[in-house]
Amino acid sequence: MNSAEFLLWVRGPGLNIALVIFTIGMLIRLLEIFMLGRKQNLAELRANGVSAGLRTIFTRSTPADKNSMRRSMFTFVAGYGFHIGLFVVIFLLTPHIQLIQSLLGFGWPALPTPVVDLFTVIALISLMALLWRRLTHPVVRYLSTPQDYLVWAATFLPLLTGYMSYHHLWFPYSWLLGVHILSVEFLLILFPFTKLTHAFTLFISRWYTGMMAGEKGVAS
Amino acid sequence: MSNNKPLGQALREQGVSRRGFLKFCATTASLMALPPSMVPAIAKALESARRPSVIWLSFQECTGCTESLTRSHAPTLEGLIFDNISLDYHHTLQAASGDAAEAAREAAMEENKGNYLLVVDGSIPLGNPGYSTIAGISNLEMLKEVAEHAAAIIAVGTCAAYGGLPHANPNPTGAVSVEEIIKDKPIVNVPGCPPIPVVITGVLAHFLTFGKLPELDHLGRPLAFYGNNIHDRCYRRPFYDKGLFANTFDDEGARKGWCLFKLGCKGPVTYNACATIKWNDGTSFPIEAGHGCLGCSEPNFWDMGGFYNALSESTMNLSRTAAVGIAVGAAAGTASGLLNRRKKSKAEAAHETVSVKDLQREDKS
Repeated sequence: MNSAEFLLWVRGPGLNIALVIFTIGMLIRLLEIFMLGRKQNLAELRANGVSAGLRTIFTRSTPADKNSMRRSMFTFVAGYGFHIGLFVVIFLLTPHIQLIQSLLGFGWPALPTPVVDLFTVIALISLMALLWRRLTHPVVRYLSTPQDYLVWAATFLPLLTGYMSYHHLWFPYSWLLGVHILSVEFLLILFPFTKLTHAFTLFISRWYTGMMAGEKGVAS
Repeated sequence: MSNNKPLGQALREQGVSRRGFLKFCATTASLMALPPSMVPAIAKALESARRPSVIWLSFQECTGCTESLTRSHAPTLEGLIFDNISLDYHHTLQAASGDAAEAAREAAMEENKGNYLLVVDGSIPLGNPGYSTIAGISNLEMLKEVAEHAAAIIAVGTCAAYGGLPHANPNPTGAVSVEEIIKDKPIVNVPGCPPIPVVITGVLAHFLTFGKLPELDHLGRPLAFYGNNIHDRCYRRPFYDKGLFANTFDDEGARKGWCLFKLGCKGPVTYNACATIKWNDGTSFPIEAGHGCLGCSEPNFWDMGGFYNALSESTMNLSRTAAVGIAVGAAAGTASGLLNRRKKSKAEAAHETVSVKDLQREDKS
């Protein structure tokens, strides 16, 4: 198999297989959650939970108070650096938008590539710092399961191979691009079966927490 | 064949000055990334080289490669050197036909056994030998026969190098490239649809000077010409980095000469010298004419998705795949959810209420 045949496979059958597994897996996960059902709430509602639910989706992204932020400054900075970097790289790079447009039928403006490049570096450094902390902090290390390392690698690889392809590092570009797409397919396939699902479920649980608290008339 | 003058003499007789000849040697050296000190060596080798015997086999091809080499522009040194190689067999260009042509090929093979260069353009059908024959001989048979005593093979054009257009899905003739059949000879791939003429003469000059083939990349192409991709050498590259794209062929971006990535330019994965050497005597190359690169010097370029679909898009219909995934996922998710609910209501139905009395029974007795 030469680089062109490899690239052809990952852009065609590979991507389609990954997308099917991803959509089916994620829909099963989400529908199972939505169809769980809740016990009927017999208490009188103190307020409408909808606005509280919506608010909580956003407020949980900001640090609760200065003290806890100061105590976990490292996680805060590295966590945000990684997540913002990843978001920019996935959704604001021209080739990625072009792919999304071919899938959904609409797109949006991109950022210049050197800017996306900077965010890639931020995300890569943050991820490495977070891994270093996971390995050196005794409590975090004790709490880590093999899945945590698997998911870390699955997220790190697309960023690294994307960075390497853009800068033509060490290997022919055609191979690097193929490996980059393959690593994304690996990530997509792992997505529904690991804690990566938090990218979706996070907002559901925030909404639910906020809504429940709102209906009871307390702050969430 | 009867005309066996050294190359230098033959060129002088055609009116090429010494100065013009040295200029060609210097250009070739720089194109092939050789140090300037190599220029006299190239000049000396080419000057005294006996015209190498070349047998040119055309298989499943469109003659575009020959047209590109012989008619690209007014006579140049590349053209003259090409004219002056002892082209003993080329069924498009030679005057002889039928048995006489085949006899010329056999004579050349016998006379220059082990020393002739074999140039192939076109792919070789493996599906049925009758798909493509010359004088009743199948392409596969002729290639094997001529390759056996060749010094080296130059696969000219994407068809000979990687299968090209005949190899495109669903490949009805079972077309394959030269390197998939011949394994024991040095092969240089000079892909392109067609390839740049100077690349052929560059490879020939290298062979005549050093007696061996130039350094090749992972796809068997001379690194000197195929070392950089079109995207990195493209004069429109700054627009890609700035995020300025043409969205249609007649919008403002297209008129301003912005990047053609969104219109399907395959420059990022295409390794060729178009952006630097250019075509038609250095006039321009496709992107300069406002059309994206098709990636013609890469394997499977016909199957790289649509010519007008961006490189990052899937080669298959991704939306349809997603629709199938959503439909199946929704059905499976609902079914799983309903099963969970049934389990829950069954558990609720089977639940026995325990009263305080029940718990006190043991104490009573």
